[in-house]
Amino acid sequence: MKHFFHRKSSKEVAKDRLKILLISDRVNCSPEMMEMIKADIAKVISKYMKIDAKSMEIQITKTGSKGGRGVKTPALYANIPIIDLNQ
Amino acid sequence: MSEVIVVTSGKGGVGKTTTSANVGTGLARMGKKVCLIDTDIGLRNLDVVMGLENRIVYNLVDVVEGNCRIKQALIRDKRNPSLYLMPSAQTRDKSAVTPEQMVKMITHLREQFDYIILDCPAGIEQGFRNAIAGADRALVVTTPEVSAIRDADRIIGLLEAEEFKQIDLVINRLRTDLVRRGDMMSASDVVDILSVSLIGVVPDDENIVISTNQGEPLVGNGTPAGIAFQNICGRVLGKEVPFADFSKGISFWTRVSGIFHKV
Repeated sequence: MKHFFHRKSSKEVAKDRLKILLISDRVNCSPEMMEMIKADIAKVISKYMKIDAKSMEIQITKTGSKGGRGVKTPALYANIPIIDLNQ
Repeated sequence: MSEVIVVTSGKGGVGKTTTSANVGTGLARMGKKVCLIDTDIGLRNLDVVMGLENRIVYNLVDVVEGNCRIKQALIRDKRNPSLYLMPSAQTRDKSAVTPEQMVKMITHLREQFDYIILDCPAGIEQGFRNAIAGADRALVVTTPEVSAIRDADRIIGLLEAEEFKQIDLVINRLRTDLVRRGDMMSASDVVDILSVSLIGVVPDDENIVISTNQGEPLVGNGTPAGIAFQNICGRVLGKEVPFADFSKGISFWTRVSGIFHKV
């Protein structure tokens, strides 16, 4: 019953699927590899502070700084919620 | 100062040809001298959508191969004296033309026209390369579906790699009833995902089918899609046109135009 009320609309499903799909399309690497990168980043940061690894997000965008030939280069953005800075 | 616009999408069947025909017709009605070029060699369609299929003598391949002069291949539109169509060849394939030949032909056309609109074939192969070679800016057409959006993203990436100055998004076949129900991505959802500037939203409209049947673009005729394409034309010219809300208007306009069709 609870599941029924919290069901995502099909639009939300489409949007979420596309977001993940386009990240891997843009950099030509698979969603699995993105997950591995995400896990590795979380592991490294966890050494120094307590983070919320479950809700962290990584994303590759095209809005990065201009490269050598004036072409936009992709940039990796990571959004890592910190639970405790002084671990 | 002429401008060359390529209408492209990646995925087939999302409305490139309809958009080309309506934007071309709309710009011509706004007093611009416009040339539409069908670059889909082997699968020509723009001529039937424009209702000019019976007047073709020469085509794009004849022009690049030197069988005729550019002027001989251009067909003047039956309703708009400032609108011309360069049809594609039906019995050849994409390899009949190279990007260099397209650039050369467009350079000649620039002297005579304010706007040159290239209707791009689906895909990212040679036909796409030919179509984008001579263009200054692009209209990327998509529908609010995962497959079309994915292909649009790929196309935008390729256009950015070619250093296109301006890339604008047309969202076609939006159904406001589905959006309201949460079963279709809204225009802002699509823009959010693709992060390009939006130039127009065209609602799903049965009048498109009617207009294609008749071979007469519906731009500016009061139907929801007609209003949307008219607005896109204004924005192509650089005007500030507010985005119309079609959620209420559809039933009303369909009813009104339905009455006139019956009479």
